Amino acid sequence: MPQMNMIQALNSAMDIMLGRDPNVVVLGEDVGYFGGVFRVTDGLQRKYGEHRVLDTPIAEGAIVGAAIGMGVNGLRPVAEVQFADYIYPACDQIFSELARLRYRSAGEFWAPVTIRTPCGGGIRGGQTHSQSPEGIFTHVCGIKVVMPSNPYDAKGLLIASIEDDDPVVFFEPKRIYNGPFDGDPNKPAVPWSTHPKGEVPDGYYTVPIGKAEVVRKGAQVTIVTYGTMVYVCEAAARSLGLDAEIIDVRTMVPLDVDTICTSVKKTGRCLIAHEATRFSGFGAELSATIQEECFWDLEAPIQRVAGWDTPYPHAFEWEYFPGPQRVAGGLKAVMETP
Amino acid sequence: MPRRSRLHIPQHHSRPGEEPDFSYLETSPAGAVGRPDVNARVRDIGHLAVELVRVLDDDHGAAGPWHPHLDPPELQVGLRHMLLTRIFDDRMQRAQRTGKISFYMRSFGEEAVSVAQCMALRPRDMLFPSYRNQGLYVVRGKPLVELMCQLLSNTRDMCKGRQLPVMYHWKDGRIFSISGNLTTQFPQAVGWAMAAAIKGEDDIAVSWIGEGSSAEADFHHAMLFASVYQAPVILNVVNNQWAISTFQGFAGGEQRSFAARGPGYGMAGVRVDGNDFLAVYAVTQWAAERARTGAGPTLIEHVTYRGAAHSTSDDPSRYRPKDDYEKWPLGDPVERLKNHLISLGEWSEERHAALVKELEEHVLESWKEAVQYGTLTDGPRLSRDLMWEDVFKEMPEHLRKQREQLRAEQGG
Ligand SMILES: Cc1ncc(C[n+]2csc(CCOP(=O)(O)OP(=O)(O)O)c2C)c(N)n1
Ligand SMILES: [Mg+2]
Repeated sequence: MPQMNMIQALNSAMDIMLGRDPNVVVLGEDVGYFGGVFRVTDGLQRKYGEHRVLDTPIAEGAIVGAAIGMGVNGLRPVAEVQFADYIYPACDQIFSELARLRYRSAGEFWAPVTIRTPCGGGIRGGQTHSQSPEGIFTHVCGIKVVMPSNPYDAKGLLIASIEDDDPVVFFEPKRIYNGPFDGDPNKPAVPWSTHPKGEVPDGYYTVPIGKAEVVRKGAQVTIVTYGTMVYVCEAAARSLGLDAEIIDVRTMVPLDVDTICTSVKKTGRCLIAHEATRFSGFGAELSATIQEECFWDLEAPIQRVAGWDTPYPHAFEWEYFPGPQRVAGGLKAVMETP
Repeated sequence: MPRRSRLHIPQHHSRPGEEPDFSYLETSPAGAVGRPDVNARVRDIGHLAVELVRVLDDDHGAAGPWHPHLDPPELQVGLRHMLLTRIFDDRMQRAQRTGKISFYMRSFGEEAVSVAQCMALRPRDMLFPSYRNQGLYVVRGKPLVELMCQLLSNTRDMCKGRQLPVMYHWKDGRIFSISGNLTTQFPQAVGWAMAAAIKGEDDIAVSWIGEGSSAEADFHHAMLFASVYQAPVILNVVNNQWAISTFQGFAGGEQRSFAARGPGYGMAGVRVDGNDFLAVYAVTQWAAERARTGAGPTLIEHVTYRGAAHSTSDDPSRYRPKDDYEKWPLGDPVERLKNHLISLGEWSEERHAALVKELEEHVLESWKEAVQYGTLTDGPRLSRDLMWEDVFKEMPEHLRKQREQLRAEQGG
């Protein structure tokens, strides 16, 4: 099986969809001739031409607005927002338009737009290249929200997102573009070729939207997480010798409540971890749902580990990042309670 | 055959491996463009948005109605500021390569924009820069050590470790905090200027964005507010031809000049040779007087070239010819002012070499001092408790708790 990192896997997904469906177009800042600042669209313009892979002006609102218009007129646009930190100028088009078009037109107008955007910290990017705003998008009705944690899922989920007739905001945790990261910046980088999920089929396949994955089976505690934090949580549980069941949410909207709650009912304990700020973060939704569904099975209060409620500070990157130590602290708390 | 609609894709003229081709660039001879009265009506000065205001000619002389007739000592100061900006940039680029700082952005090739403009303004005028205006700090006299401490995120960092390198601010120097989000400063500058007018003060606001950033909605919002309220503001578009890998055609520069958007919104638009120190100075002086005397805002397009990579994360050899900067028809701003001074008999290669040496030493000394206050990798560090300050004026309880949690997690 071919080895791919996440960048190559995402590139392959778009390559396949551009090849299969003449209505698929890719657009965004620097995505065409250059192939994207993270090289995710590398080579696509050369292969499919300037009318299928478009460089755009620096105007996120116009990128999404135009993608909606293209979608209404029969195309299937894949828009890139260069960093999730720069998605805000597009928010009116996403929140007020893209998310509600189908609803307000009684199903007559809709736009199958996928918005890809790199998110997350740990790359010394400071407060405007490190954000994880996924929670904000989950609060808007009518858009699907996806975040893969490995190359295999990245490709399968991106193909599924492009094929989906609903709008999808697709977050790419850029810290793990090149390899899994367990939260220790002092360790040498690990490439995806060392990881089973770095094996990615060359051809077409999908990973279904709306399905979480149990990435590790365990009995003592359920860890519900996604993105980079999957690997941080694995490392934290390992450091404590805990038999944790780790669930990669993969799709925040729609949420796979079943997989999550089946696990929590089994273990009776739950820790939720994400890199995004804690207050009103997606962990709050997870916690509330799990509490509603699993209250009588819980042995201890649900724990949340998240980024602090401050902007992402450049100099304190590793104090800010919810690393294995902070996750271990949360795990101890959830295990210690009688 | 019936004609059909077609999708036009702006085409760059030269790509890696090709001969740089700047035939698309429309210029005017030095001294050829008229200088209208500062109170001229927008409808009467449309030519300024199309032609190119130039003062320095190819023989190093200065000509025409825009000639600002600055004294040689003032020109020498301008040369010094541009050179210092350039040498500082070079040194910081190298510091990034050695891992002492995480990131850097040079202003190589466009130093005249910040330096000449800032010299033409008053110290009380409020500046809303982009990340490529370090010359403003040099002109207003910010010690380099303080800029370096920001780059190092060290114990004397003005941003307290919170911002990426080059995202400076300087309240006393009246230079606004730089944002990573493009173009946000443009409407803010207009608002500042509106406040000055509301309060009856004669300070003006000045802001800068790149030509690529002019695509953002905030550009248009700023133009509209500036025009509607005739705010005392100068809005600058620094057209250095590139926005990372994307050339200016993708920001709308292919069909019409950026300056022409000024008249489109009902305000003066001036297109100036951004590598011509004298022309940039003169145009800024004109626009500042216009703003200060209630004659309205001005949009200035500086035609210049991004001589270096976009940032230390960028590799321009993937998207443009290697020797393009040497072929740029408007030359280099430092060389042009230097040669003009030499032609006036007010400068020499020897004095120039001595100045370069002096400035290099100054930068090196400043660096030696700055690293004593810590670097990203070693030496003293800022207190991590600073992370929670300034989120709000008073720290709310949940942040206090998180601060305690981190203390417990890490000890101390
Ligand atoms: C809202 C937003 N979108 C995208 C970016 C990413 N980005 C940073 S600089 C840049 C190019 C800007 O080009 P230009 O405005 O021409 O300025 P220059 O770098 O040439 O000085 C881009 C796309 C950003 N910082 N903010
Ligand atoms: Mg530019």
